[in-house]
Amino acid sequence: MNTLRLGLLRGGLETKQFLRSRESVVFTLAFPLILLAVFGAVFSGEIAPGVTLTQYFAAGMIAAGLLSTGFQSLAIQIPIEREKGILKRLRGTPMPRAAYFIGKVVMVLAIGLVETVLLISVAALFFGVKLPATAGSWLTFGWVALLGITACTLCGIAFSSLARSGRSGPAVVTPVAIVLQFISGVFFEYASLPEWMRGIASIFPLKWMTQGMRSVFLPDSFAANEPSHAWQHGTIALVLGGWIVLGLVLCLLTFRWTERD
Amino acid sequence: MVRGLHKSYGKAVAVDGVDLDVRAGEVFALLGPNGAGKTTTVEILEGFRKRTSGDVRVLGVDPQQGDEAWRARVGVVLQSTGEFDDLTAREVVHHFANYYPAAADPDEIITRVGLAEKQHSRTRTLSGGQKRRLDVALGIVGRPELLFLDEPTTGFDPEARREFWSLIRDLARVGTTILLTTHYLDEAEALADRVGVLAGGKLVAVDTPDRLGGRGDGGVTVGWLGPDGPVTERTEAPTALVARLAETFGGEVPGLTITRPSLEDVYLRMIGAGE
Repeated sequence: MNTLRLGLLRGGLETKQFLRSRESVVFTLAFPLILLAVFGAVFSGEIAPGVTLTQYFAAGMIAAGLLSTGFQSLAIQIPIEREKGILKRLRGTPMPRAAYFIGKVVMVLAIGLVETVLLISVAALFFGVKLPATAGSWLTFGWVALLGITACTLCGIAFSSLARSGRSGPAVVTPVAIVLQFISGVFFEYASLPEWMRGIASIFPLKWMTQGMRSVFLPDSFAANEPSHAWQHGTIALVLGGWIVLGLVLCLLTFRWTERD
Repeated sequence: MVRGLHKSYGKAVAVDGVDLDVRAGEVFALLGPNGAGKTTTVEILEGFRKRTSGDVRVLGVDPQQGDEAWRARVGVVLQSTGEFDDLTAREVVHHFANYYPAAADPDEIITRVGLAEKQHSRTRTLSGGQKRRLDVALGIVGRPELLFLDEPTTGFDPEARREFWSLIRDLARVGTTILLTTHYLDEAEALADRVGVLAGGKLVAVDTPDRLGGRGDGGVTVGWLGPDGPVTERTEAPTALVARLAETFGGEVPGLTITRPSLEDVYLRMIGAGE
Protein backbone atom coordinates (compact mmCIF):
# COMPACT_ATOMS: atom_id res chain seq x y z
CA MET A 1 0.00 0.00 0.00
CA ASN A 2 1.71 3.19 -1.06
CA THR A 3 1.94 6.47 0.80
CA LEU A 4 -0.37 8.40 -1.50
CA ARG A 5 -3.12 5.80 -1.31
CA LEU A 6 -2.85 5.64 2.50
CA GLY A 7 -2.92 9.44 2.59
CA LEU A 8 -6.11 9.48 0.53
CA LEU A 9 -7.64 6.84 2.79
CA ARG A 10 -6.73 8.95 5.80
CA GLY A 11 -8.24 11.99 4.10
CA GLY A 12 -11.52 10.15 3.62
CA LEU A 13 -11.54 9.04 7.24
CA GLU A 14 -10.63 12.52 8.52
CA THR A 15 -13.37 14.15 6.43
CA LYS A 16 -15.89 11.65 7.76
CA GLN A 17 -14.77 12.34 11.31
CA PHE A 18 -14.91 16.11 10.74
CA LEU A 19 -18.44 16.04 9.39
CA ARG A 20 -19.62 13.82 12.27
CA SER A 21 -18.23 16.17 14.90
CA ARG A 22 -20.74 18.80 15.87
CA GLU A 23 -18.06 21.15 17.22
CA SER A 24 -16.03 21.22 14.03
CA VAL A 25 -19.09 21.60 11.82
CA VAL A 26 -20.38 24.50 13.92
CA PHE A 27 -17.10 26.34 14.50
CA THR A 28 -15.36 25.78 11.22
CA LEU A 29 -18.18 25.44 8.70
CA ALA A 30 -21.05 27.41 10.14
CA PHE A 31 -19.21 30.34 11.70
CA PRO A 32 -18.17 32.08 8.45
CA LEU A 33 -21.70 31.50 7.14
CA ILE A 34 -23.22 33.13 10.21
CA LEU A 35 -20.85 36.09 9.88
CA LEU A 36 -21.75 36.45 6.22
CA ALA A 37 -25.44 36.43 7.11
CA VAL A 38 -24.95 39.01 9.87
CA PHE A 39 -22.91 41.32 7.63
CA GLY A 40 -25.29 40.84 4.75
CA ALA A 41 -28.23 41.81 6.92
CA VAL A 42 -26.55 44.78 8.65
CA PHE A 43 -24.81 46.49 5.73
CA SER A 44 -27.30 46.86 2.96
CA GLY A 45 -25.82 49.95 1.32
CA GLU A 46 -23.95 50.29 -1.94
CA ILE A 47 -20.30 51.28 -2.21
CA ALA A 48 -20.75 52.23 -5.85
CA PRO A 49 -23.72 52.24 -8.18
CA GLY A 50 -24.81 48.63 -8.64
CA VAL A 51 -22.19 47.19 -6.22
CA THR A 52 -23.36 46.38 -2.71
CA LEU A 53 -21.21 46.40 0.39
CA THR A 54 -22.12 42.72 0.77
CA GLN A 55 -20.44 42.05 -2.56
CA TYR A 56 -17.26 43.44 -1.00
CA PHE A 57 -17.58 41.48 2.23
CA ALA A 58 -18.50 38.23 0.48
CA ALA A 59 -15.06 38.21 -1.15
CA GLY A 60 -13.40 38.69 2.25
CA MET A 61 -15.60 36.11 3.89
CA ILE A 62 -14.66 33.47 1.32
CA ALA A 63 -11.00 34.12 2.06
CA ALA A 64 -11.77 33.98 5.80
CA GLY A 65 -13.56 30.66 5.24
CA LEU A 66 -10.39 29.25 3.72
CA LEU A 67 -8.41 30.56 6.68
CA SER A 68 -10.87 28.92 9.02
CA THR A 69 -10.75 25.49 7.35
CA GLY A 70 -7.03 25.47 6.66
CA PHE A 71 -5.44 27.35 9.52
CA GLN A 72 -7.79 27.44 12.49
CA SER A 73 -9.19 23.94 12.25
CA LEU A 74 -5.77 22.27 12.03
CA ALA A 75 -4.13 24.48 14.66
CA ILE A 76 -6.94 23.43 16.99
CA GLN A 77 -7.37 19.80 15.94
CA ILE A 78 -3.74 18.65 15.86
CA PRO A 79 -2.89 19.61 19.49
CA ILE A 80 -5.99 17.68 20.59
CA GLU A 81 -4.84 14.65 18.61
CA ARG A 82 -1.40 15.03 20.13
CA GLU A 83 -2.77 15.26 23.66
CA LYS A 84 -5.07 12.29 23.19
CA GLY A 85 -2.16 10.17 22.00
CA ILE A 86 -3.62 9.64 18.54
CA LEU A 87 -0.43 10.94 16.93
CA LYS A 88 1.70 8.74 19.15
CA ARG A 89 -0.39 5.74 18.27
CA LEU A 90 0.00 6.50 14.56
CA ARG A 91 3.77 6.72 15.06
CA GLY A 92 3.59 3.22 16.52
CA THR A 93 2.33 1.86 13.19
CA PRO A 94 4.18 1.51 9.89
CA MET A 95 2.07 4.35 8.45
CA PRO A 96 4.42 6.59 6.43
CA ARG A 97 4.57 9.99 8.13
CA ALA A 98 3.67 11.77 4.92
CA ALA A 99 0.35 9.90 4.78
CA TYR A 100 -0.80 11.78 7.86
CA PHE A 101 -0.13 15.15 6.25
CA ILE A 102 -1.64 14.12 2.93
CA GLY A 103 -4.74 13.07 4.86
CA LYS A 104 -4.96 16.49 6.52
CA VAL A 105 -4.56 18.27 3.19
CA VAL A 106 -7.25 16.10 1.58
CA MET A 107 -9.60 16.81 4.47
CA VAL A 108 -8.95 20.56 4.33
CA LEU A 109 -9.48 20.65 0.58
CA ALA A 110 -12.73 18.72 0.87
CA ILE A 111 -14.06 20.84 3.73
CA GLY A 112 -12.75 24.05 2.10
CA LEU A 113 -14.63 23.19 -1.06
CA VAL A 114 -17.85 22.55 0.86
CA GLU A 115 -17.35 25.77 2.82
CA THR A 116 -16.71 27.86 -0.28
CA VAL A 117 -19.66 26.43 -2.18
CA LEU A 118 -21.91 27.12 0.83
CA LEU A 119 -20.65 30.68 1.20
CA ILE A 120 -21.04 31.47 -2.48
CA SER A 121 -24.50 29.92 -2.60
CA VAL A 122 -25.75 31.79 0.46
CA ALA A 123 -24.24 35.05 -0.78
CA ALA A 124 -25.78 34.67 -4.23
CA LEU A 125 -29.19 33.35 -3.17
CA PHE A 126 -29.95 35.50 -0.16
CA PHE A 127 -27.86 38.64 -0.52
CA GLY A 128 -27.85 39.18 -4.26
CA VAL A 129 -24.08 38.85 -4.57
CA LYS A 130 -23.15 38.71 -8.25
CA LEU A 131 -20.93 35.81 -9.24
CA PRO A 132 -17.98 36.27 -11.59
CA ALA A 133 -19.10 36.03 -15.19
CA THR A 134 -15.92 35.19 -17.06
CA ALA A 135 -13.83 32.04 -17.19
CA GLY A 136 -10.79 34.18 -16.46
CA SER A 137 -12.29 35.34 -13.17
CA TRP A 138 -13.07 31.77 -12.15
CA LEU A 139 -9.52 30.77 -13.01
CA THR A 140 -8.22 33.54 -10.76
CA PHE A 141 -10.67 32.39 -8.10
CA GLY A 142 -9.33 28.85 -8.41
CA TRP A 143 -5.66 29.61 -8.04
CA VAL A 144 -6.10 32.18 -5.28
CA ALA A 145 -8.25 29.70 -3.33
CA LEU A 146 -5.84 26.82 -3.88
CA LEU A 147 -2.64 28.73 -3.05
CA GLY A 148 -4.39 30.39 -0.13
CA ILE A 149 -5.72 27.24 1.45
CA THR A 150 -2.40 25.46 0.94
CA ALA A 151 -0.53 28.25 2.71
CA CYS A 152 -3.13 28.25 5.50
CA THR A 153 -2.96 24.47 5.91
CA LEU A 154 0.82 24.40 6.22
CA CYS A 155 0.80 27.35 8.62
CA GLY A 156 -1.94 25.62 10.62
CA ILE A 157 0.15 22.46 10.96
CA ALA A 158 3.22 24.51 11.91
CA PHE A 159 1.17 26.58 14.37
CA SER A 160 -0.16 23.42 16.03
CA SER A 161 3.25 22.91 17.62
CA LEU A 162 2.86 26.14 19.62
CA ALA A 163 -0.05 24.89 21.73
CA ARG A 164 1.20 23.15 24.84
CA SER A 165 -1.95 21.11 25.30
CA GLY A 166 -5.12 20.23 23.47
CA ARG A 167 -7.11 22.73 25.45
CA SER A 168 -4.84 25.66 24.68
CA GLY A 169 -5.13 25.27 20.90
CA PRO A 170 -8.19 27.51 20.43
CA ALA A 171 -6.80 30.11 22.85
CA VAL A 172 -3.55 30.34 20.89
CA VAL A 173 -4.99 30.44 17.40
CA THR A 174 -8.33 32.25 17.66
CA PRO A 175 -6.95 35.72 18.54
CA VAL A 176 -4.44 35.46 15.71
CA ALA A 177 -7.15 34.58 13.22
CA ILE A 178 -9.54 37.29 14.43
CA VAL A 179 -6.91 40.04 14.39
CA LEU A 180 -5.83 38.98 10.91
CA GLN A 181 -9.43 39.17 9.73
CA PHE A 182 -9.85 42.68 11.13
CA ILE A 183 -6.70 44.04 9.51
CA SER A 184 -6.88 42.13 6.22
CA GLY A 185 -10.09 43.54 4.78
CA VAL A 186 -12.59 40.92 5.92
CA PHE A 187 -14.66 43.01 8.34
CA PHE A 188 -13.61 46.50 7.19
CA GLU A 189 -12.87 47.97 3.82
CA TYR A 190 -9.16 47.37 3.46
CA ALA A 191 -8.42 50.74 1.85
CA SER A 192 -10.00 52.56 4.81
CA LEU A 193 -7.56 51.06 7.33
CA PRO A 194 -4.61 53.08 8.67
CA GLU A 195 -1.46 52.63 6.66
CA TRP A 196 0.56 51.00 9.49
CA MET A 197 -2.17 48.43 9.93
CA ARG A 198 -2.13 47.67 6.22
CA GLY A 199 1.63 47.31 6.49
CA ILE A 200 1.29 44.60 9.13
CA ALA A 201 -1.49 42.84 7.20
CA SER A 202 0.64 42.77 4.04
CA ILE A 203 3.08 40.41 5.73
CA PHE A 204 0.44 37.70 6.18
CA PRO A 205 -1.39 35.60 3.59
CA LEU A 206 -4.97 36.60 4.44
CA LYS A 207 -4.63 40.16 3.09
CA TRP A 208 -3.48 38.78 -0.25
CA MET A 209 -6.24 36.17 -0.31
CA THR A 210 -8.96 38.79 0.27
CA GLN A 211 -7.41 41.02 -2.39
CA GLY A 212 -7.39 38.15 -4.86
CA MET A 213 -11.01 37.37 -4.06
CA ARG A 214 -11.98 41.06 -4.48
CA SER A 215 -10.40 40.97 -7.93
CA VAL A 216 -12.82 38.17 -8.75
CA PHE A 217 -16.01 39.51 -7.16
CA LEU A 218 -15.69 43.26 -7.76
CA PRO A 219 -15.72 45.02 -11.12
CA ASP A 220 -12.28 45.61 -12.62
CA SER A 221 -12.64 49.35 -12.14
CA PHE A 222 -12.42 48.73 -8.38
CA ALA A 223 -8.73 48.01 -8.70
CA ALA A 224 -8.34 51.78 -8.49
CA ASN A 225 -9.79 51.66 -4.93
CA GLU A 226 -7.01 49.36 -3.70
CA PRO A 227 -4.22 51.19 -1.90
CA SER A 228 -1.85 50.04 -4.65
CA HIS A 229 -4.37 50.93 -7.39
CA ALA A 230 -4.01 47.43 -8.87
CA TRP A 231 -5.08 43.85 -8.12
CA GLN A 232 -1.40 42.77 -8.04
CA HIS A 233 -2.03 39.16 -9.11
CA GLY A 234 1.70 38.54 -9.51
CA THR A 235 2.46 39.73 -5.98
CA ILE A 236 -0.44 37.67 -4.57
CA ALA A 237 0.96 34.51 -6.13
CA LEU A 238 4.45 35.36 -4.92
CA VAL A 239 3.47 36.07 -1.31
CA LEU A 240 1.24 33.01 -1.01
CA GLY A 241 3.95 30.88 -2.63
CA GLY A 242 6.44 32.27 -0.12
CA TRP A 243 4.17 31.31 2.79
CA ILE A 244 3.78 27.82 1.36
CA VAL A 245 7.56 27.37 1.38
CA LEU A 246 7.94 28.92 4.83
CA GLY A 247 5.03 26.88 6.22
CA LEU A 248 6.45 23.66 4.83
CA VAL A 249 9.88 24.34 6.34
CA LEU A 250 8.32 25.18 9.72
CA CYS A 251 6.22 21.99 9.61
CA LEU A 252 9.23 19.85 8.94
CA LEU A 253 11.29 21.53 11.65
CA THR A 254 8.75 21.79 14.44
CA PHE A 255 6.22 18.98 14.11
CA ARG A 256 5.98 16.82 17.23
CA TRP A 257 4.22 13.46 17.37
CA THR A 258 4.15 13.36 21.14
CA GLU A 259 3.91 15.88 23.92
CA ARG A 260 7.29 16.91 25.25
CA ASP A 261 9.53 13.91 26.03
CA MET B 1 18.23 -7.13 23.90
CA VAL B 2 18.86 -4.36 26.44
CA ARG B 3 22.26 -3.51 27.89
CA GLY B 4 22.98 -0.91 30.54
CA LEU B 5 19.94 1.18 29.73
CA HIS B 6 19.83 4.59 31.35
CA LYS B 7 17.23 7.31 31.08
CA SER B 8 17.23 10.50 33.03
CA TYR B 9 15.04 13.58 32.89
CA GLY B 10 17.29 16.40 34.02
CA LYS B 11 18.62 15.15 37.34
CA ALA B 12 15.84 12.59 37.85
CA VAL B 13 16.93 9.11 36.90
CA ALA B 14 14.00 7.05 35.65
CA VAL B 15 15.82 3.95 34.46
CA ASP B 16 19.12 3.10 36.05
CA GLY B 17 21.21 0.48 34.29
CA VAL B 18 18.71 -2.12 33.14
CA ASP B 19 19.94 -5.30 31.40
CA LEU B 20 17.19 -7.38 29.92
CA ASP B 21 16.84 -10.19 27.41
CA VAL B 22 13.47 -11.29 26.15
CA ARG B 23 13.59 -14.46 24.08
CA ALA B 24 11.69 -14.94 20.86
CA GLY B 25 8.29 -16.52 21.48
CA GLU B 26 8.31 -15.76 25.18
CA VAL B 27 5.75 -13.93 27.31
CA PHE B 28 7.69 -11.62 29.59
CA ALA B 29 6.03 -9.58 32.31
CA LEU B 30 7.61 -6.46 33.72
CA LEU B 31 6.31 -5.91 37.22
CA GLY B 32 6.82 -2.91 39.40
CA PRO B 33 5.10 -0.20 41.39
CA ASN B 34 4.06 3.08 39.79
CA GLY B 35 7.10 5.21 39.02
CA ALA B 36 9.44 2.21 38.87
CA GLY B 37 10.33 2.95 35.25
CA LYS B 38 8.18 0.34 33.51
CA THR B 39 6.58 2.64 30.98
CA THR B 40 9.80 4.55 30.38
CA THR B 41 11.62 1.30 29.66
CA VAL B 42 8.89 0.01 27.37
CA GLU B 43 8.56 3.31 25.49
CA ILE B 44 12.29 3.32 24.85
CA LEU B 45 11.95 -0.19 23.42
CA GLU B 46 9.00 0.97 21.32
CA GLY B 47 11.05 3.84 19.90
CA PHE B 48 8.97 6.62 21.46
CA ARG B 49 11.63 7.89 23.82
CA LYS B 50 15.32 8.44 23.45
CA ARG B 51 17.59 6.72 25.92
CA THR B 52 20.25 8.67 27.76
CA SER B 53 22.77 5.84 27.38
CA GLY B 54 22.98 2.10 26.89
CA ASP B 55 22.47 -0.26 24.00
CA VAL B 56 19.06 -1.48 22.87
CA ARG B 57 18.11 -3.91 20.11
CA VAL B 58 14.53 -4.85 19.36
CA LEU B 59 14.14 -7.51 16.65
CA GLY B 60 17.75 -6.71 15.81
CA VAL B 61 17.10 -3.00 15.31
CA ASP B 62 17.83 0.05 17.44
CA PRO B 63 14.29 1.37 18.11
CA GLN B 64 15.43 4.98 17.65
CA GLN B 65 16.31 4.06 14.06
CA GLY B 66 13.27 1.83 13.52
CA ASP B 67 11.83 2.27 10.03
CA GLU B 68 8.41 1.36 8.64
CA ALA B 69 9.44 -2.25 7.95
CA TRP B 70 10.44 -2.59 11.61
CA ARG B 71 7.22 -0.93 12.80
CA ALA B 72 5.23 -3.47 10.78
CA ARG B 73 6.75 -6.27 12.90
CA VAL B 74 6.01 -4.61 16.24
CA GLY B 75 2.58 -4.19 17.85
CA VAL B 76 2.13 -1.49 20.45
CA VAL B 77 -0.58 -1.09 23.06
CA LEU B 78 0.19 2.11 24.92
CA GLN B 79 -0.67 2.78 28.51
CA SER B 80 -3.01 5.61 27.68
CA THR B 81 -6.19 4.85 25.78
CA GLY B 82 -6.49 6.65 22.50
CA GLU B 83 -9.82 7.99 21.39
CA PHE B 84 -11.13 8.33 17.91
CA ASP B 85 -14.22 10.28 18.89
CA ASP B 86 -16.75 10.08 16.12
CA LEU B 87 -15.38 7.12 14.21
CA THR B 88 -16.73 3.66 14.94
CA ALA B 89 -14.58 0.86 16.34
CA ARG B 90 -15.06 -1.02 13.11
CA GLU B 91 -13.89 1.90 10.96
CA VAL B 92 -10.77 2.39 13.07
CA VAL B 93 -9.72 -1.28 13.06
CA HIS B 94 -10.35 -1.61 9.32
CA HIS B 95 -8.40 1.57 8.68
CA PHE B 96 -5.40 0.51 10.77
CA ALA B 97 -5.30 -2.83 8.97
CA ASN B 98 -4.36 -0.87 5.83
CA TYR B 99 -1.07 0.21 7.40
CA TYR B 100 0.28 -3.33 7.67
CA PRO B 101 1.60 -5.49 4.85
CA ALA B 102 0.36 -8.75 6.41
CA ALA B 103 -2.63 -7.60 8.41
CA ALA B 104 -5.10 -10.01 9.94
CA ASP B 105 -8.77 -9.95 8.95
CA PRO B 106 -10.09 -6.88 10.83
CA ASP B 107 -13.51 -8.45 11.40
CA GLU B 108 -11.91 -11.47 12.99
CA ILE B 109 -9.79 -9.24 15.23
CA ILE B 110 -12.87 -7.28 16.32
CA THR B 111 -14.56 -10.54 17.29
CA ARG B 112 -11.47 -11.86 19.07
CA VAL B 113 -11.19 -8.84 21.34
CA GLY B 114 -14.90 -9.05 22.08
CA LEU B 115 -16.03 -5.87 20.35
CA ALA B 116 -18.32 -7.45 17.75
CA GLU B 117 -21.47 -6.13 19.38
CA LYS B 118 -20.04 -2.65 19.80
CA GLN B 119 -18.29 -2.32 16.47
CA HIS B 120 -20.81 0.13 15.03
CA SER B 121 -20.72 2.41 18.07
CA ARG B 122 -18.73 5.61 17.92
CA THR B 123 -15.58 5.15 19.97
CA ARG B 124 -16.38 8.07 22.27
CA THR B 125 -19.39 6.11 23.56
CA LEU B 126 -17.39 3.00 24.51
CA SER B 127 -16.69 2.17 28.16
CA GLY B 128 -13.13 2.22 29.50
CA GLY B 129 -12.79 -1.54 29.16
CA GLN B 130 -14.18 -1.47 25.62
CA LYS B 131 -11.77 1.30 24.60
CA ARG B 132 -8.96 -0.85 25.96
CA ARG B 133 -10.13 -3.77 23.81
CA LEU B 134 -10.01 -1.46 20.82
CA ASP B 135 -6.42 -0.53 21.77
CA VAL B 136 -5.54 -4.21 21.86
CA ALA B 137 -7.27 -4.80 18.52
CA LEU B 138 -5.17 -2.03 16.94
CA GLY B 139 -2.02 -3.50 18.51
CA ILE B 140 -2.55 -6.96 17.04
CA VAL B 141 -4.27 -6.25 13.71
CA GLY B 142 -0.88 -6.13 11.95
CA ARG B 143 0.00 -9.64 13.19
CA PRO B 144 3.15 -8.48 15.00
CA GLU B 145 6.07 -10.74 15.82
CA LEU B 146 6.56 -8.76 19.00
CA LEU B 147 3.74 -7.21 20.99
CA PHE B 148 4.16 -4.57 23.69
CA LEU B 149 1.31 -4.29 26.17
CA ASP B 150 1.56 -1.49 28.72
CA GLU B 151 -0.85 -2.26 31.56
CA PRO B 152 -3.35 -3.76 29.15
CA THR B 153 -6.11 -4.81 31.53
CA THR B 154 -6.50 -1.67 33.61
CA GLY B 155 -10.23 -0.96 33.82
CA PHE B 156 -11.28 -4.51 32.93
CA ASP B 157 -13.78 -6.41 35.02
CA PRO B 158 -12.66 -9.91 36.16
CA GLU B 159 -14.45 -11.68 33.33
CA ALA B 160 -12.97 -9.37 30.70
CA ARG B 161 -9.50 -10.01 32.17
CA ARG B 162 -9.95 -13.77 31.83
CA GLU B 163 -11.03 -13.33 28.21
CA PHE B 164 -8.06 -11.08 27.59
CA TRP B 165 -5.69 -13.62 29.12
CA SER B 166 -6.95 -16.33 26.83
CA LEU B 167 -6.43 -14.00 23.86
CA ILE B 168 -2.82 -13.41 24.95
CA ARG B 169 -2.27 -17.16 25.37
CA ASP B 170 -3.58 -17.69 21.83
CA LEU B 171 -1.15 -15.10 20.50
CA ALA B 172 1.71 -16.69 22.43
CA ARG B 173 0.77 -20.12 21.08
CA VAL B 174 1.27 -18.96 17.50
CA GLY B 175 4.73 -17.68 18.43
CA THR B 176 4.17 -13.98 19.18
CA THR B 177 6.74 -12.59 21.59
CA ILE B 178 4.97 -10.55 24.23
CA LEU B 179 6.36 -7.99 26.63
CA LEU B 180 3.75 -6.77 29.05
CA THR B 181 3.88 -4.48 32.02
CA THR B 182 1.39 -4.88 34.78
CA HIS B 183 0.93 -4.27 38.44
CA TYR B 184 -1.43 -7.18 38.78
CA LEU B 185 0.57 -10.10 40.17
CA ASP B 186 -2.05 -12.67 39.24
CA GLU B 187 -1.81 -11.44 35.65
CA ALA B 188 1.95 -11.94 35.59
CA GLU B 189 1.57 -15.35 37.20
CA ALA B 190 -1.17 -16.41 34.78
CA LEU B 191 0.49 -15.26 31.58
CA ALA B 192 4.22 -14.88 31.87
CA ASP B 193 6.94 -17.39 31.15
CA ARG B 194 9.29 -15.08 33.00
CA VAL B 195 8.86 -12.07 35.23
CA GLY B 196 11.17 -9.11 35.75
CA VAL B 197 10.73 -6.89 38.76
CA LEU B 198 11.58 -3.21 38.35
CA ALA B 199 11.99 -1.04 41.42
CA GLY B 200 13.45 2.43 41.52
CA GLY B 201 14.61 2.17 37.90
CA LYS B 202 16.59 -1.02 38.58
CA LEU B 203 15.75 -4.54 37.52
CA VAL B 204 15.93 -6.34 40.88
CA ALA B 205 15.02 -9.86 39.75
CA VAL B 206 14.24 -11.91 36.66
CA ASP B 207 12.89 -15.45 36.93
CA THR B 208 9.93 -17.69 36.20
CA PRO B 209 6.90 -16.76 38.33
CA ASP B 210 7.16 -19.91 40.48
CA ARG B 211 10.86 -19.45 41.20
CA LEU B 212 10.99 -15.68 41.60
CA GLY B 213 12.87 -14.64 44.72
CA GLY B 214 13.55 -18.26 45.69
CA ARG B 215 9.85 -19.06 45.91
CA GLY B 216 10.45 -22.63 44.76
CA ASP B 217 13.29 -23.46 47.19
CA GLY B 218 11.70 -24.47 50.47
CA GLY B 219 10.80 -21.85 53.00
CA VAL B 220 7.36 -23.43 53.39
CA THR B 221 4.93 -22.64 56.19
CA VAL B 222 3.03 -25.56 57.73
CA GLY B 223 0.05 -24.79 59.92
CA TRP B 224 -2.26 -27.00 61.98
CA LEU B 225 -4.60 -26.91 64.92
CA GLY B 226 -2.75 -27.95 68.08
CA PRO B 227 -4.29 -28.67 71.49
CA ASP B 228 -3.74 -25.01 72.49
CA GLY B 229 -4.94 -23.45 69.23
CA PRO B 230 -3.43 -22.78 65.77
CA VAL B 231 0.30 -23.41 65.31
CA THR B 232 2.52 -22.44 62.37
CA GLU B 233 6.05 -23.54 61.64
CA ARG B 234 8.43 -22.55 58.85
CA THR B 235 10.42 -25.43 57.48
CA GLU B 236 12.68 -26.45 54.64
CA ALA B 237 11.40 -30.06 54.86
CA PRO B 238 7.60 -29.95 54.94
CA THR B 239 7.07 -33.61 54.06
CA ALA B 240 9.05 -34.79 57.07
CA LEU B 241 7.24 -32.37 59.35
CA VAL B 242 3.81 -33.52 58.13
CA ALA B 243 4.81 -37.20 58.60
CA ARG B 244 5.86 -36.43 62.16
CA LEU B 245 2.61 -34.58 62.83
CA ALA B 246 0.57 -37.46 61.38
CA GLU B 247 2.31 -39.77 63.80
CA THR B 248 1.66 -37.45 66.75
CA PHE B 249 -2.03 -37.10 65.93
CA GLY B 250 -2.37 -40.77 64.98
CA GLY B 251 -3.81 -40.09 61.49
CA GLU B 252 -5.39 -36.89 60.17
CA VAL B 253 -3.77 -33.63 61.25
CA PRO B 254 -6.53 -31.15 62.22
CA GLY B 255 -6.60 -27.91 60.17
CA LEU B 256 -3.49 -28.78 58.14
CA THR B 257 -2.25 -26.12 55.69
CA ILE B 258 0.98 -25.99 53.72
CA THR B 259 1.73 -22.66 52.04
CA ARG B 260 4.58 -21.40 49.93
CA PRO B 261 5.17 -17.64 49.89
CA SER B 262 2.82 -16.09 47.35
CA LEU B 263 4.16 -14.12 44.43
CA GLU B 264 2.82 -11.11 46.24
CA ASP B 265 4.90 -11.82 49.38
CA VAL B 266 8.05 -12.17 47.30
CA TYR B 267 7.23 -9.12 45.20
CA LEU B 268 6.53 -6.86 48.16
CA ARG B 269 9.79 -7.96 49.79
CA MET B 270 11.67 -7.15 46.57
CA ILE B 271 10.26 -3.74 45.89
CA GLY B 272 10.74 -2.93 49.56
CA ALA B 273 14.43 -3.80 49.23
CA GLY B 274 14.78 -1.89 45.98
CA GLU B 275 13.75 1.42 47.45
